[in-house]
Amino acid sequence: MPHARILIRPKAGILDPQGTAVEQALPQLGFQPAENVRIGRLVELDVADAGELDAICQKLLANPLIEDYEIQVDA
Amino acid sequence: MKVGVVQFPGTCDEIDAVLAAERAVGVGNAELLWHRDRDLKGVDAVVVPGGFSYGDYLRAGSIAALSPAMGAVAEFARAGGPVLGICNGFQVLCEAGLLPGTMLMNLSRRFTFRDVTLRVEAADTAWTAATSAGQELVIPAKHQTGRWYAPDDLLDEVRGNDQVVFTYAADDRPNGSSANVAGVCNAQRNVVGLMPHPEHATDPLTGSVDGLLLFRSPAEAARV
Repeated sequence: MPHARILIRPKAGILDPQGTAVEQALPQLGFQPAENVRIGRLVELDVADAGELDAICQKLLANPLIEDYEIQVDA
Repeated sequence: MKVGVVQFPGTCDEIDAVLAAERAVGVGNAELLWHRDRDLKGVDAVVVPGGFSYGDYLRAGSIAALSPAMGAVAEFARAGGPVLGICNGFQVLCEAGLLPGTMLMNLSRRFTFRDVTLRVEAADTAWTAATSAGQELVIPAKHQTGRWYAPDDLLDEVRGNDQVVFTYAADDRPNGSSANVAGVCNAQRNVVGLMPHPEHATDPLTGSVDGLLLFRSPAEAARV
């Protein structure tokens, strides 16, 4: 079955408190500052029909109100 | 008036919800509904209670929204039946598409756990008929993913249809929600969801009894 990766990200403009927390933690560890830290999810799955992935994202894996998703299917 | 309270794996406030409903409509008139059953046992009103249904996997409420019981609740709601979602139950109703918007993590990143003052913005819903517009209710809130969010166009629509049912009092901003919204209803006004917990505000021993007003409302609305 084809292997797929779904990258799910908070939509632009949505405040991401987890990203802010990581951003604030980096200087405390002595790293140079980072900006625009955004935290999303990675879903990996093997599917019988890669053509269904978009509907799977719409109905379950992502919430289209707040998240964008990107589907990558291995050739 | 019989009230059903849906129980998912990970639900934790269902017993308080049953007790609150019994205090409002009479002992013996509230019962639990199991998430795998499509049978709503002929109840006249449904409460989707708080907790961590299905461990909040994926997104809070997203898996519970697909359960057999929620399929039956959606049909019940479409037929005009009164449905109340509390906290995780509010998240479930949003994920099920029965209420507008969705929930994000609190801006503070902290688990908020304290009494909040709610302002009733709409007293003409199935779950606020026993309140009056502008009335303030003291109800406990306890959540970390309680920042109700709607994109601007949806927020305009919700406000335009008077679907904002509760806001947090002006000086209180527990989670950073859009327009400081604490609860909303559907266009039909029979489905209501809110983040704070009216089922925990039903006994003078623990402070406020304002939560009882919500549980009394469906019977009151039916009489009008």
